[in-house]
Amino acid sequence: MEKKFICIRCPQGCEITTTLDGLGAITDITGNSCKLGIDYVKSELSDPRRTITTTVAVTGGELPLCPVWSEKPIPKDRVMEAAAVIRPITVAAPVDINQVICENILGTGINIISSRAITKGGQ
Amino acid sequence: MKKIYDVVVIGAGPAGLSAAIEAKKSGAGDVLIIERNNEPGGILLQCIHNGFGSVIFKKDLPGPAYAWNFIEQARSLNVEMVFDTMVVDITGGRKIYASNSVEGFIELDAKAIVLAMGCRERTRAQIMAPGDRPAGVFTAGMVQRLVNIEGYMPGKNFVILGSGDIGMIMARRLTLEGAKVIKIIELLPYLTGLRRNYVQCLQDFGIPLELSTTIKRITGKKRVEAVETVGVDETLTPIAGTERVIACDSLILSVGLVPENELSRKAGVVLDPLTLGPVVDETMATNVPGIFAAGNVVTIYDLVDYVSMAGATAGISAAKFAAGAPVSPPAFTLTPGDGVRTVMPQKITGLSGPDASVLVELRASREFAGRVSVNILEDENIVYSHVEKYARPAEMITLKINWNETAKKLSNNKSGLKVNIAKI
Repeated sequence: MEKKFICIRCPQGCEITTTLDGLGAITDITGNSCKLGIDYVKSELSDPRRTITTTVAVTGGELPLCPVWSEKPIPKDRVMEAAAVIRPITVAAPVDINQVICENILGTGINIISSRAITKGGQ
Repeated sequence: MKKIYDVVVIGAGPAGLSAAIEAKKSGAGDVLIIERNNEPGGILLQCIHNGFGSVIFKKDLPGPAYAWNFIEQARSLNVEMVFDTMVVDITGGRKIYASNSVEGFIELDAKAIVLAMGCRERTRAQIMAPGDRPAGVFTAGMVQRLVNIEGYMPGKNFVILGSGDIGMIMARRLTLEGAKVIKIIELLPYLTGLRRNYVQCLQDFGIPLELSTTIKRITGKKRVEAVETVGVDETLTPIAGTERVIACDSLILSVGLVPENELSRKAGVVLDPLTLGPVVDETMATNVPGIFAAGNVVTIYDLVDYVSMAGATAGISAAKFAAGAPVSPPAFTLTPGDGVRTVMPQKITGLSGPDASVLVELRASREFAGRVSVNILEDENIVYSHVEKYARPAEMITLKINWNETAKKLSNNKSGLKVNIAKI
């Protein structure tokens, strides 16, 4: 069986064609330009993951929101679930960059951290 | 603020920050960045998605985290930054006029200037979308700012016109925040953004993409109530009978970016009618001595990493000029040949140091499905060639050329060189 992928590991977006045997094992990969493409296809077949990026509300900060992200990719089918967990979170300013905002999201062992600092300030 | 600076940078986005940092590192004493926003970082601050830094940091960072590296470096190098300040005029003699609410009218002299004002979004007026004039029509970047920085959700049911990266990224973002993105429509027969965004922003969330389709009419009294779409043929002419009415409360336009060069024009900087940015050489020098430019103000990039790299080059060149280094006039011109829409730099001095490394950024004018060679030609003679797996207008091609090697192959002593893309 043949399966096609567009690699998302870098901006090049290689079109990768994979041949699978009856048991779903990879017998051939073509179209990738580097090792990342092979890694991507393998993970898409066994455990597809995505980095989630969103925002949380900030109280007492110069800005009302702080951008956050999962420090590692989380399972793709749990992204919407993670968004729902993160949405009601509120943090107090000051927020540091890389501050843990939500520990061990959905029991994945992965933390949600801030991607910038927010200083204290009146709004 | 002082009255005279070695280097003044206009804009504290990725190009400007990088320019200021490298100008300092190259020995410029007083370096000032003038920024109209209230903090540094530019558009990266609202680009909270990941995907930045793959070239420079070999990491996959969100926009604000990417910017953070440069903001911290600029601060530690004592780059002076002034915020909430608008530059209103620049002269060819490198006088800068600006204003803010604290100091009022400001007049400065710069030994060298780096233009790093970035770009602006194309709006409804520029694509002439017919119909009513209700609330609920936004540019993609505006929605990005509202949702990611200011904390407002501007609608419930969205249609997006244009398959550019910001539109696709906002489709995912709005979905994550609980809004409905009905579909993305694209006038051209191909995706205009990166394919990885098609996968991770549209496919992952089941958002449909309709190619060769445009907006025929926007309807709504106070707020958008519906948009009427229509299919187009190869000549982009609407096909009668393919109209469809989609009920929605918001229309997002992701229909391209235009370099912001009002100040450049005032300073007498010559613009390229294709890129709509300054004509520059590989040192990022414009035609006006001592005025340099970098980033999206010069040409629209796909990747911020290359914007930072161009900013660094401009900063180094500006520091050299401020220190009184002689100016090397460009010896060659580069113009788009067959298959190429834009090329930058448009001029080459060929004199930038022993490694003479020249970065050329270009875009294809049409889709090439198979392998292509990207060539630099002196008449019919190929003096440089590089193979790509394909070429698409949506994806910028970066050539890293060792100019010393290339110059050896120049035989006819011609100054006019062409860049083309040819099928292999």
